[in-house]
Amino acid sequence: MKRSVIFICAAYVGVTLGACSPQLVRVQPYERGNLAKPGMASNLDPLQKAMTEHAYFSREASFGGGGVGGGGCGCN
Amino acid sequence: MKKILTALTLACSTLVLPAADAVKVGQPMPKLAQLLPSASIPSTAGKAVLVDFWASWCGPCKASFPVLNRLQAKYAAKGLVIIGIGVDEEASAYKAFAGKMGASFPLVHDSAHQAAAFFKPASMPSSYLVDCKGVIRYAHTGFHGEKTEAEYTSEIEALLAESH
Repeated sequence: MKRSVIFICAAYVGVTLGACSPQLVRVQPYERGNLAKPGMASNLDPLQKAMTEHAYFSREASFGGGGVGGGGCGCN
Repeated sequence: MKKILTALTLACSTLVLPAADAVKVGQPMPKLAQLLPSASIPSTAGKAVLVDFWASWCGPCKASFPVLNRLQAKYAAKGLVIIGIGVDEEASAYKAFAGKMGASFPLVHDSAHQAAAFFKPASMPSSYLVDCKGVIRYAHTGFHGEKTEAEYTSEIEALLAESH
């Protein structure tokens, strides 16, 4: 008896959370005012972006950097 | 046991109720005065209506205003009512944009997204053309310059021809 109640409760909770999650996380097109603010842009400061990308490329060169084919070993 | 199940069913059903679908072509136009009780909505009885959802942060919305002004100048006397619904959350942004655009048609502010939540526009801007019987006949998502203006023109003329 007690087991079946726990099972039903768990099933309800699972179904509920699964069904409502997409509605909770989606920002509607008319709600994107804050996302559209200049401060939310990824390239707010072009110089800083270039420097960050350069540092990333240099640091991760052996893995191909920012999408460049081949590693930094010069063997390609 | 029965009580627990009933309570759980009620609690869960309120959470999993599907969100209302977006407004579709063929549906009756909702009463904007009820959705936006604090706004002054112009009378639309027996007229073709163009409802346009816009926001100050939306570039294409900015581009659509001169076109809507032209449509207002051309068709208002023939029975078209254009209503621009601004969905900005900040009143200052809404007012600044509305003042800058110089709209010649009525604008209303939907800061709480009561009308937007009902229509569920798929993108910004989105617009809906309603015939004189109050049925949504055409829906537009986005604004594509001359293409959208040509579509508006032909659709408005068709709706106005039906009403006469």
